[in-house]
Amino acid sequence: MWALLVLIGAASVSAHLQDLSFAGQKVFRVIPQDDEQVQILNSLASIMQVDFWQPDSVTLVRPKMQVDFRVEAEKSSVVEDLLKESGVEYQVLIDNLQAALDAQFDSNVRAAGHSYEKYNNWDTIAAWTADIAAQNPDLVSRSVIGNTYEGRPMYLLKMGKSGANKKAIFLDCGFHAREWISPAFCQWFVKEAVETYGKDTVMTTLLDNLDFYVLPVVNIDGYVYTWTKDRMWRKTRSKNANSSCYGTDPNRNFNAGWCTTGASKNPCSATYCGSAPESEKETKALADFIREHLSTIKAYLTIHSYSQLLLFPYSYTYTLPSDYQELNSIASAASKKLASLYNTKYTYGPGAETIYPAAGGSDDWAYDQGIKYSFTFELRDTGRYGFLLPESQIKPTCEETLLAVKYIANYVLEHLY
Amino acid sequence: DIKDVGHKYYLDLELEDVPDKDSTVNCSAEVLYHLGNKNIAPDVQFTLEGELKSTEEADHMFYTRIRSLEKELVAENIPDSQGHVPPELEPIHRLAWVASGYVTWQNSTENTQLQLAQIKRVKQVKRSDEYLQFDYVVLLHEMVSQEMIPWEMTVLWHPRDGVQVPRDSRQPRH
Repeated sequence: MWALLVLIGAASVSAHLQDLSFAGQKVFRVIPQDDEQVQILNSLASIMQVDFWQPDSVTLVRPKMQVDFRVEAEKSSVVEDLLKESGVEYQVLIDNLQAALDAQFDSNVRAAGHSYEKYNNWDTIAAWTADIAAQNPDLVSRSVIGNTYEGRPMYLLKMGKSGANKKAIFLDCGFHAREWISPAFCQWFVKEAVETYGKDTVMTTLLDNLDFYVLPVVNIDGYVYTWTKDRMWRKTRSKNANSSCYGTDPNRNFNAGWCTTGASKNPCSATYCGSAPESEKETKALADFIREHLSTIKAYLTIHSYSQLLLFPYSYTYTLPSDYQELNSIASAASKKLASLYNTKYTYGPGAETIYPAAGGSDDWAYDQGIKYSFTFELRDTGRYGFLLPESQIKPTCEETLLAVKYIANYVLEHLY
Repeated sequence: DIKDVGHKYYLDLELEDVPDKDSTVNCSAEVLYHLGNKNIAPDVQFTLEGELKSTEEADHMFYTRIRSLEKELVAENIPDSQGHVPPELEPIHRLAWVASGYVTWQNSTENTQLQLAQIKRVKQVKRSDEYLQFDYVVLLHEMVSQEMIPWEMTVLWHPRDGVQVPRDSRQPRH
């Protein structure tokens, strides 16, 4: 037995700093029968890192006491051998701590906390952006790209393994306040990225070679308003001069054929284009960021609902973009990928003819800035629930959409320009 | 394009039974939007290729349940913000769908796409005759303008006679 301990000791010396993932780590429950068995646990704790869950420390261990402790993944089989060899009665309480944590993370039993399968209010989302970055420092960093009209910080998450000269994809959600499934998707995307990095080859390749700038809610003020005052609000909450009506449609507020079609000059209208392009602090912050990072951003994805559409430029004109053929094939393939999961049918095409002509959209603006791969998603459904998509559909909607987004991201990576 | 008359559309539709998604019925329809006068509802002709399932039993259960209520049914925000509809209010929700279908038809042009977004309020009105009456305020979402239009509708229903919408009016925005 002592020989085994020496071996374990040798292995421990080369142990590296503990990383924040608990993948493969086990939690054992042991009931030492006598002082000799207590001594075995003491020796174990002296030669490797053992995290005692109960009691708090090895010094408190006594015979006949239920002892729970956590060990690193690489050490667990050796520990098991040692316990077997010494005749110490044990059970594996948790076989894979990370899996147990993930299950709890995803569970929608947590009332006030964040859930990926529920609609989260802004305070919850804001707190989540801080948490997710803190828990995954190698993959996620949070920054503020500006403030909303009502003074709220616009959080941006930069996802990806750090590296030099990386190109990037920009993904935003929550342009229109009432489209709640949209911010839900951005959160889901971030979760999938951090949870499957190192496990899913596509996601790992994407995060190793690209950065993703994820803006979980563009129109934060509007989103808050849908939670507190009017569930069907769409626009921002800026005050309009000489009008009792509030707000500008952020997706009519970009400098792309601004206000020439499908938008209104009336501040009371749901598609009010604003007093000027980028009149809104939110759209200006987004546009400034993209302009500043133009040389690295190679794709722009913006998430809306509802209608089940995958759109690309142009919406401000019926004229087809010069990259029409390529964008059309990408949209076709991405739609197929999306449908492959639950048979959800998407229609795809240039905005003007597929949904309606509408000027001032962020996708058209991004394209005209030189970001070739520019797409707008209109997520589920086609009108039965519309903006009030049941929470039970968050998971399937996000899963299928993720397939399309990964397809597009992978395509971009293979066609960098 | 029918000269001096309007635009006619020929449609092949597949109707899906919401509670039983595998049950579908094909339908062909012709819709004529009249030129000029936007106050005339489009003409609709349709042919069902097959039969719709009988809902006699469910209709009867709903009818009896509502008739036996002591206090008039009152409800708000169906579905709620999270998209939930309490099971006992599901028939009220469906009734609103049918009634708003009529309102949508009466108020549609080639440039509108109206859809029931939510029931803001519904109040049952007890009647001395055999009909059930529900007064609704619904929100209709107009896709092209993206407006949410409040609309009042008085809806009558009886298992034998089906749905009627004797009164409906567009409300001013709040």
